Order: sequence, then C-alpha cells, then structure tokens
Amino acid sequence: MMKNYNPVSAQDYLPRELLKQIQLQRLQKIVAHEYEHVPVYRERMDERGVKPEHIKTLKDIALLPFMMKKDLRDTYPFGLFAMEMSDVVRLHASSGTTGKPIVVGYSKEDIDVWVSCMMRALVAAGVGPGDIIQNSYGYGLFTGGLGAHYGIENLGATVVPTSGGNTERQVMLMRDFGVTGITCTPTYFIHLCEKALQMGLDVRDFPIRVGLFGAEPWTEEMRKRIEGLSGVEAFDIYGLSEMSGPGVGIECECHSGLHIFEDHFYPEIIDPDTCEVLPDGEEGELVFTTISKYAMPMIRYRTRDITHIIDEPCACGRTIRRIARISRRSDDMFIVRGVNVFPSQVESALLAVEGSLPHYRILLTRRPDGLDNMTVEVEISGGFDKIKTLEELQAKFSHSVERILGIHAVIKMVPPNTIPRSEGKARRVFDNRMNPTNQ
Amino acid sequence: MKLKQISVFVENKPGSVGYPCKVLADAGINITTLTLADTKDFGILRIISKNWQEAYDVLKARKFAVSVNDVVALEVENTPGGLSRVLEALERQGLNVEYMYASVFGVHNRAVLIFRFDDTDSAVEKLAGCPDLKIVDSELFFSLK
Ligand SMILES: [Zn+2]
Repeated sequence: MMKNYNPVSAQDYLPRELLKQIQLQRLQKIVAHEYEHVPVYRERMDERGVKPEHIKTLKDIALLPFMMKKDLRDTYPFGLFAMEMSDVVRLHASSGTTGKPIVVGYSKEDIDVWVSCMMRALVAAGVGPGDIIQNSYGYGLFTGGLGAHYGIENLGATVVPTSGGNTERQVMLMRDFGVTGITCTPTYFIHLCEKALQMGLDVRDFPIRVGLFGAEPWTEEMRKRIEGLSGVEAFDIYGLSEMSGPGVGIECECHSGLHIFEDHFYPEIIDPDTCEVLPDGEEGELVFTTISKYAMPMIRYRTRDITHIIDEPCACGRTIRRIARISRRSDDMFIVRGVNVFPSQVESALLAVEGSLPHYRILLTRRPDGLDNMTVEVEISGGFDKIKTLEELQAKFSHSVERILGIHAVIKMVPPNTIPRSEGKARRVFDNRMNPTNQ
Repeated sequence: MKLKQISVFVENKPGSVGYPCKVLADAGINITTLTLADTKDFGILRIISKNWQEAYDVLKARKFAVSVNDVVALEVENTPGGLSRVLEALERQGLNVEYMYASVFGVHNRAVLIFRFDDTDSAVEKLAGCPDLKIVDSELFFSLK
C-alpha cells in the first residue's frame, strides 16, 4: 500500500466517504456558480425546473442537463465563461479541423488545480525530482504542451520543452541530456524511436525509463510494441481540453485502468442513447463534471469516449476510482456496410499478427455501385523472400481483421516508412466516400 | 556451394524497384542478378551480389524490409530439354523447389539457374552426390561474365 508515496498525491488516497463529501460540496458550489453566471445553462436548468439547491446528494447530478461539444461551438468564443475576462489568465483552443474551434479559459486557481492534477499523474507514473522529462507535446493553443510542462516543473523534475517536430534533434537531446521520461502521443514516440534507429542509435540503450502517452486512444498491443521498441514503461494518460487538458486520469504502476482525479473531475457513465446513468462496471459514454473549475465549468460534459468505471480497490492503494482504458471514441467511429468500426479495433487486429509494424491507415472508398470498400494499409517488417509467405501474411491480416470487425477489408501490405508519420495525433482514417474524384 | 540472396519487399507500383537499386548503386555495390517476383499488390526484389553483406546493411539502414537467405546456383545446358533434365534430376532426389530463376546465360552454351529449396543444406548435400547436376560455387559464379 502507498508504495512510492508522495504528499503531492495525498488526495489520491482519501477515505471514500470523505472524498464523496468533498465531491458533493464542490458540486453544489460549482452548480450554483454556473447557474448564476452562465445564462445559457441557467435557461436549460430552468426549462427542467432544476435549481442549484436541488442538488442534495451526488446522485442528484442526474437532474442536471448535459453539455456537449456542440454547446462549445454554438457559444464560441466565450459564451460558457463563468468569470469576468479580467479573472481569466489563460485561453486554449482546439485546432478545429471542421468549423469553429472550441475555446477554453482558466482562472489562476483553475490553472493551479490543473497543474496539481498533472503532478499527481506524473507521480503515479513514478516520476519525481531528479527526473529529466522531455515534453514533446505541441506547445501553443493545444493544452498538451503547457499542461504537461507546468506539472513537470512544479513537481521539481526537469522539463525539456522540445515540443513536437525536429525529431532528429529530439533524439540527440534525449541521449545527450540523459532524459529519463517523455510525454507525447504514442505515435510520435514510435516515430522518435525509429528515427533513432535510422541515426544508428537505439533508444533501449538510453537512460529513458518511462513514458506518459496520451492525446489519442491506443491499445494494449501498441503498448507491447512501444515497450519492445524502447524499453520504457508506457503509461496511458487521459485528458481533454474541455476538462482542463492532460492529467484528468492516468494509469498507476498496476496498469489496470486509469485512476481519475475525481476530487476535481466527477465521472459518470451513461447510456449514450437513453442518457440514463449506468452503475459502475457497465460500459457506456463517459461524462465529466469539472467540480473545481470556475472560469469555465463543464457540467455533465459528454466526452464521446466509451468506457466503464472500475470501483474495486486498486493494488496501488489509491482510493480514487478507475476507468477502463479508452479504446473507443464515438467521434472516431465510422460505419462500413452497416457495421460500426473503431480504428482501435483495426489496430488490435493488425498488431496481433507477427510481422506487422505499428503503422497503419484505413482508407474508405465508395464503388460506383454504391458499396463501400475498406482498405487497410499496414507496414510490415522484413524477413521474406517467398511470395507464398507474403500471401500467407496477407491472409493472416485479413482473417484477424474479419474476426474482430466482422467485415472484410482489403489488406495492403506496404514496406516500412511508406505511411506518412505524424508529429502529433496520428490520422488513421481517410474517408473518401463522399469524394468520388479521389477514388 | 551456396549463394546469399537479398530479398527486398516492394510495393507493386512505378518506381518501387528503381529506388532500392539506386540506393545500392549509390553505395557502389554491384548487382550480379536481379529479378522481381510480383503479384498485383506487391513484389519481392531478389538480388545476388558479391557484396551481399554490404548490400544488406545499406538497405537495412534505409529501412527497407530486407532479408537474406541461401540459394543454390546450378549449371544447365542451354539447349532444348536442358532445364527439364535438371528438374527431373531434382525430382528424383526428392528435392522441393520453392522457386527458381535464370541468372547467367551463354557461358560455353550453358546457363546458370538459381534455385531456392525449402531446405538448402540438405539440398546441397544431395546435389553433391548427383552426377547429372553441377553446382556453381560462389567463386565461379561471380567470375562468370
Ligand atoms: Zn492503482
């Protein structure tokens, strides 16, 4: 119990009853604050006949209306802010690939909470003073870079703010500085390890021992690949800008689900169709309420992430609950021939086959007769001189995908380094079905 | 008695064969035999070079999907029926040919064929005791013009 205890993480170990009291007090306060300062939300509460004083227990949260990404777009830029701009010390925004970006704002205290959560995440991954952490999340409007940065710095570890890009230099600095940990997307870390190999270096020979990987969903199969390629212990860190940024939850050394810093982010799981709250253990959509963020509280925010809450005690001794790793994100889902497909399922299917490399993409096209085609491109390693062996490998990929997805995909095996690398979140799906000229 | 063959996995599209060849040429590596086996989706470029280790290292460093394996060069009469006599002899020995291709032609009216057996060592052993078949060893192979 409480192995590697660090006072930074004291809130991770509160007695459950005390934690619930704190959650209720904070929830009541934030709902009253939201009702008073955000007209859009007040109107919705009024429509339902709900007043802040109706929140008497944690279960009463179910009385409150949900928020969605659409609300952030509709109120762009500052419609959901609950404090005067003079109290807002920072703004972040999403890249907004389609339409308006979403904007988030923080008060000084909100930033402090965010930093404290990031510090707790780092401690859970075994990071502390004396560690040198390369932060390869992009710095700027994206919350990843600055979020991780201040957590590392305030914990007393050394931060190397490399941001994304210039990968050869990143490899060089990682070696020369004796970097012991890294924060970035799992995809970028693999890219970095491969770049090192091209430079005649092996990350396994470097002192680096830990990685906090997030900002995109990744699978257990990917963890094995990362750990094999680099020798680092890979921790899944969860966060989203709408909550604060990185550091909403993280795996502990047990790697069996992600602890949620639920004294600040109150989690619920709902049935995405009926919006009913589901009991712990049942799978559904993850919903969060930021119970201690004041510049822009998010009440019952629907994350579109599919998971379940694990309420059994964890061997690490933390009392905060865990969620199962998020491998499915409603936003990433696409439909082929009537079947729902998540990119992570394709990832699991491909990486389960020996000879695959952790680089793939999914191309969707529509035939003139209206039928959809799914082509999966996957890089393979060497070791073949017979056509027969390659055809067998292709068949293995094909069966693996069909077994997991239930539909047929055309497998296109390609040589290493064929699929473009990403320096941030990987783009896996290329849907050209509405774009006949690109067929 | 055996030769080293380098195999490179390539996409079946224009330029995919030229690139590895250029990489080898730039490294000053001479290619003796080059063949492409392909399907509609992909191909395997098979290369025999005296400097096979160097060729392998150069391609590996450039992140090609590359491998090395053993093949056997056999001399065949360059006359009608020459090949079938060799194949019959191999069959009599119970040797299973994975694939084969022609290498050098027109040396004293004889040709050299490259054979990939499923078990190269046992193949070489059997071939050595077979008077109808003549293995071209590495020294002779690379001296052929
Ligand atoms: Zn734990």
